[in-house]
Amino acid sequence: MTILEILEFGFMQRALISGIAVAAICSAIGLFLVLRKHSLFGDAMSHVAFGGLSIGLFLNLYPIWTAYAFTIIAALGITKMTDSIKIPPDSSVAILLSSGLAVGIVLISLSGGFSLDLFSFLFGSILLISTQDTITIVFLSIAILAIIAIMYRRLMYITFDEKQASVSGINVKLANYIFIVLAAITVVTSIRLVGVLLISALIVLPNITAILFGRGFKKTAIISIGIAIASVVSGIVISYFANIAPAGAIVLTGVAIFLCTIVTRNIRKSIRPIKITEPYLHNRSQE
Amino acid sequence: MLNITSASPIVEIDHLSYWYDSSFLTLDNISFRMEQGDLLGIIGPNGAGKTTLFSCILGILTDYRGTVKLFGKEILKNRKALLSEVGYVPQHASIEQSFPANIEEIISFGLLGSIEKYSRSYAKDQVLKAMQIVGLTDKKNKRFNELSGGQQQRVLIAKAMVHNPRLLILDEPTSGIDQETQDRFYELIRKLNAEEKISIILSSHDLDAVSKLANKVACINRKMHFHGDAKDFFGDENMLKTYYESAMQTHLRLHQFNTKSNSQQLPST
Ligand SMILES: Nc1ncnc2c1ncn2[C@@H]1O[C@H](COP(=O)(O)OP(=O)(O)O)[C@@H](O)[C@H]1O
Ligand SMILES: [Mg+2]
Repeated sequence: MTILEILEFGFMQRALISGIAVAAICSAIGLFLVLRKHSLFGDAMSHVAFGGLSIGLFLNLYPIWTAYAFTIIAALGITKMTDSIKIPPDSSVAILLSSGLAVGIVLISLSGGFSLDLFSFLFGSILLISTQDTITIVFLSIAILAIIAIMYRRLMYITFDEKQASVSGINVKLANYIFIVLAAITVVTSIRLVGVLLISALIVLPNITAILFGRGFKKTAIISIGIAIASVVSGIVISYFANIAPAGAIVLTGVAIFLCTIVTRNIRKSIRPIKITEPYLHNRSQE
Repeated sequence: MLNITSASPIVEIDHLSYWYDSSFLTLDNISFRMEQGDLLGIIGPNGAGKTTLFSCILGILTDYRGTVKLFGKEILKNRKALLSEVGYVPQHASIEQSFPANIEEIISFGLLGSIEKYSRSYAKDQVLKAMQIVGLTDKKNKRFNELSGGQQQRVLIAKAMVHNPRLLILDEPTSGIDQETQDRFYELIRKLNAEEKISIILSSHDLDAVSKLANKVACINRKMHFHGDAKDFFGDENMLKTYYESAMQTHLRLHQFNTKSNSQQLPST
């Protein structure tokens, strides 16, 4: 069976389309999180989303919507809190992560153990995504990317230096709140792809890889989105042929790209010193 | 748009006092005005309140007593519109060293916020002009961390003036750059003031920097100790003596404070 033939399966088409959409929003949001030294915020929110999912399952509501609501409220709440009482970012991550998980565990124990649904949220279930879900994911992703495209210069400036951005007349607080809501929506939207446990890889890996290329901000963002899409597409394809879990394959592909970039960079660096020794050789010949 | 008449003073400060945490008096009844075209040097030892004064002028701090006017309007009532006429380079720009923006992108930040809408070609022209003025055209694709301290300083100045401000505020711009770069920096500041017609306030605890640049001097150490022409300040030996004495006092005060708190932490050795 060739790669083209697997594209004929409806579930593959849906997986690839929603996978590409999710890859783009995770890496775009992730670039700002990584540069703000807030890499684990995505992880924290995915655990809050887990709490939100279990609320939905427990109350018999549509779990993904309770996850959206719960995550957005929690993310805004913790931002408001860190604003007013100055909690360090890493501690706010710890608070969100553990309370989200705790809510989930309590509700699961109340309702008598793990269900299949919860399992698919923990580890991702991209191959089971419905047409309706694919449409929702694509629609949300386009909206998120459009808002980021409008705000990206401002967000970049705020990430560069909040104080200077504020003196330039940018409404830093408002921009930060909008960003946090976008990040929360991105995380919940992406959970079905790689699951609660692996989401932060999709947010962090493409960006730290892209930053290694040492280009300007815009190029870094484009490289990052490219890497994210490449890892999602090849991860899905590999998972099909090797018959392994797609979420794991996607993340491991991302890790592989990251490692390859580092190795290439180091090889290039170790070539360069030969050029630097040239003046030295020159001096010697003058002696 | 704000109707700013060119006749009003650039900065007008009246009986300004500021307390940190409503208890620590940092600025004590400061008043002065600055006219169009002035290059004002604010001098005072470390801890004198220079950065605090700038924070009041820029409306970063709002809970002060007294009034602060820029271009004849109160800053707290017209903050956004007034700041669009101001460029600011903070004392310690805390910039993440791996930040991937290139010089061109960083300079164009200065256009955000101040101008509601601008075309791509306008932005390009302005950024190019700013890069030419600070002499960094050949570095436009470099990243911030690939530049030396002096070059980084010039990038931040270009960012602060890319939107054609009438007033530029530089907080301790010469600290952390080497001697050679300093001369080049003085030249740039003079050029901005004389050719670009930007009024400039710069702070320094280094009298040398101010004496080489400023035509007006304000000497503060919580209170205003002197305000007037630079030549009067630097020509007056008593004034200089007072300055060094007050600097020494601040130093001693801090020293006593430090030894006190140290001895509390380490009762006996
Ligand atoms: N955020 C703050 N909270 C409390 N005290 C402060 C704060 N910032 C500055 N100070 C104090 O105010 C005084 C003036 O500081 P600053 O304006 O930074 O002086 P300068 O810029 O002249 O060195 C110093 O004693 C400093 O310790
Ligand atoms: Mg200062």
